[in-house]
Amino acid sequence: MTVDETIRQVLAEHGRLAVPVESLADDTDLFGAGMTSHASVNVMLALEDAFDFEFSEKMLKKSTFESINAIRAGVAEMTGA
Amino acid sequence: MTTAQTVEPKTMTRTGDVAGRMAAIAEEVAGPAAADVDERGRFPIETIEALRAEGLLAALVPESSGGGGASLAEVSEGLVALGRRCASSAMVVAMHHIQVACLVRHGRSTLLQDYLREMSEHQYLLASATTEVGTGGDVRSSICALEVTDGRFRVEKQAPVISYADDADAVLVTTRRSADSPESDQVIVLCRPPGLELEQVGEWNALGFRGTCSTGFVLRATGDVDAVLSEPYADISTRTMLPVSHLLWASVWLGIASDAVDLARKFVQSEARRKPGTTPSASLRLAETTVIHQQFVDMVNSSLARFAAADSDVDRLSSIGFGVGMNALKVSASTLVVDIVRECMLICGLASYRLDSPYSLGRHLRDSMGAALMVNNDRIMANNAQMLLVYRGV
Repeated sequence: MTVDETIRQVLAEHGRLAVPVESLADDTDLFGAGMTSHASVNVMLALEDAFDFEFSEKMLKKSTFESINAIRAGVAEMTGA
Repeated sequence: MTTAQTVEPKTMTRTGDVAGRMAAIAEEVAGPAAADVDERGRFPIETIEALRAEGLLAALVPESSGGGGASLAEVSEGLVALGRRCASSAMVVAMHHIQVACLVRHGRSTLLQDYLREMSEHQYLLASATTEVGTGGDVRSSICALEVTDGRFRVEKQAPVISYADDADAVLVTTRRSADSPESDQVIVLCRPPGLELEQVGEWNALGFRGTCSTGFVLRATGDVDAVLSEPYADISTRTMLPVSHLLWASVWLGIASDAVDLARKFVQSEARRKPGTTPSASLRLAETTVIHQQFVDMVNSSLARFAAADSDVDRLSSIGFGVGMNALKVSASTLVVDIVRECMLICGLASYRLDSPYSLGRHLRDSMGAALMVNNDRIMANNAQMLLVYRGV
């Protein structure tokens, strides 16, 4: 699975979005799409498990999880990919 | 030095010594009315009018918008003084200032900027409608939604509680951004007459904080879409409403606890005067309670300092550590106030249990029990439990 596919799978399973994950553009505001801050914590935990890393303290903010683009950038930064 | 020409605002609000002037009103107005406010469960109108006359309802509004330009710490100190004399009055004033803080920090549109100025000039009182029937007490989700047509909004909300709505000049209402938005995609909108209609549902006959008149309402409002705060409520809540609420509520509760400790100390001292040379049996408990009270004072002050240090640093205000800390303040303060009042009752004995004694702590006890329930501590702990799953520590 590619990074993007994994991110979308995590969002589908844990994002509790109001819309199907397939309908999301890479820059769609995930919080606007119904992801609560509660759900974003689960998304974060699932990403850490899927990519086997820990987000650093400074990455733990809402903007890191606001879109697929932002998540991809965060994952890249933490995994050095 | 700037040479830009500025229009001098019409300053209705006297500036300076906000805490001292609030304390004077606490002594002269709120205290004498407190028993009647509590007994009849009525709005503490005389306290609000006194604050209004002093321009203190706009204490948190910047001077450039006609307000008092006071810091949150000054208002907090004033609320401690009010809380000592009438916790209902103090809670009303706290809730008002929370709304003002949201407008000051997040009201970007010209309409909202103008409103702040008008609010300062006329010393409006602001109320809040966050909870909603059907959301199970979760203020971070809404069922009602804004309908926008031709630059006008319309909203109808079933609010289980809008404190002092009948005496407020405007209500800040949380709602879904639109009929298509998920429950968590919320905004705040300023609703005011003549576009505001409130239909009361039920009565407020509660154990404590009886003067807050926290009845339910069906709220119907229309207005200009520029009355909608542009930032998502999620951000306003994290950066302002939640920390300011917990800081100002904690200040009110500290006022209740401080008055209880004062009464307990006076009681022990009167015992000591009766039998000079012997230390009253309750004096050790008073010493212990004073230690706990000092923890409470220091916690409120350090939390105010933490908020002031974060200022408008979005990353800091949104950090998990900051959120966990502000939640811990609410849980801790609401627990300490009950602990302290209970200890003070043990110190004063039956004199505190009687309702007709100068050492009566009945109202203190009843008011303090509400602290853990207004946004239930269990809900706040659940939020912290969730955040701690990903928190990296201090």
